Amino acid sequence: MKKFLLPLALFLGLLVFLAVGLQRDPREIPSPLIGQPAPAFRLPTLEGGQTFGPEDLRGKVWLLNVWATWCVACREEHPVLVAFAQKNSVPIVGLSYKEIQPQDEAAKFEPSRKLQVARERSVVWLQRHGNPYVTSVMDLDGRVGIQYGVYGVPETYVIDQQGVIRYKRVGVVTPELLANKIGPLVAELNRS
Amino acid sequence: MSAASVFIRWCRACLLCVGLGCSWGAWAQTPREAAPLAEDPVVEARLIEISQELRCLVCQNESLASSHAELADDLRREVRGLIRAGKSDTEIKSFLVSRYGDFVLYRPEVKPLTWVLWFGPFVLLLVGLWVLVRYVRARKAQVAPVALSDEQRRRAQDLLRG
Repeated sequence: MKKFLLPLALFLGLLVFLAVGLQRDPREIPSPLIGQPAPAFRLPTLEGGQTFGPEDLRGKVWLLNVWATWCVACREEHPVLVAFAQKNSVPIVGLSYKEIQPQDEAAKFEPSRKLQVARERSVVWLQRHGNPYVTSVMDLDGRVGIQYGVYGVPETYVIDQQGVIRYKRVGVVTPELLANKIGPLVAELNRS
Repeated sequence: MSAASVFIRWCRACLLCVGLGCSWGAWAQTPREAAPLAEDPVVEARLIEISQELRCLVCQNESLASSHAELADDLRREVRGLIRAGKSDTEIKSFLVSRYGDFVLYRPEVKPLTWVLWFGPFVLLLVGLWVLVRYVRARKAQVAPVALSDEQRRRAQDLLRG
């Protein structure tokens, strides 16, 4: 009887490891940016006329949400963000990520025309689906996305008063995630 | 997970590549891939060398050098810029690690967090050897040679003689 105990224990150990491994999402890569200052940038806004950078919201807890009109998952996420923005005073800034895709006809346009097309599409999209953003910035070439380690849209970051990234979500923000994770975190940061 | 659609979009290029067996035909169909070759060959050689050590975050099991994903394109452009700016290989890799984490490295650094990864297999090998040696020794003790009686020896000789 005792002879079987060790292999059984080893087998059960292996089983636990495999079970845990299967539960995990392989696409979720821990971001090294948590606890780091949000990378600085200055980009034209969707509304036009002015630019926006993270230092403009220094002293506030805010969310940075990476989105695009071509992003199908964003459509699922969007109503959740709109509802959140209506109920809360937390500013959400949109990062319009590579609105013009390389296979797009507009990709051949000159930069200013490209920006104009991207703005037009984004405005129409936000009119149709609602606008939860205090402003959106246009990251046409995806460079700011790389600074933030974006590898899948949508992504959402929580940035604190000192401009430090406190949380990152890759994928759709769900009502549960807002209620259990992001909401409490923002409330806690606002108290401190 | 519903976030999948974006990954699907990005991975479509990878799948296309696999589907066509990574043939030259695939290259011909995506003209935007061919452009970098026309640029500085020294930079391109270093780009290939560095990006073979880096993982495409979208396709995950492909290197940055071979991936057709759009993000891989952008990251190659970024690496190319860093090479032109005179950055060393280590600086370029640490830039990407600072943005995407150790996951981008196909050869992770040796540090306490990765000890199990680097040395675990050898530890398992040693444990296996130890178990094997113990087992063989224990068995040797069990199957001690049994002496034959005179009667048995005679019968065996009869049999052998036929």
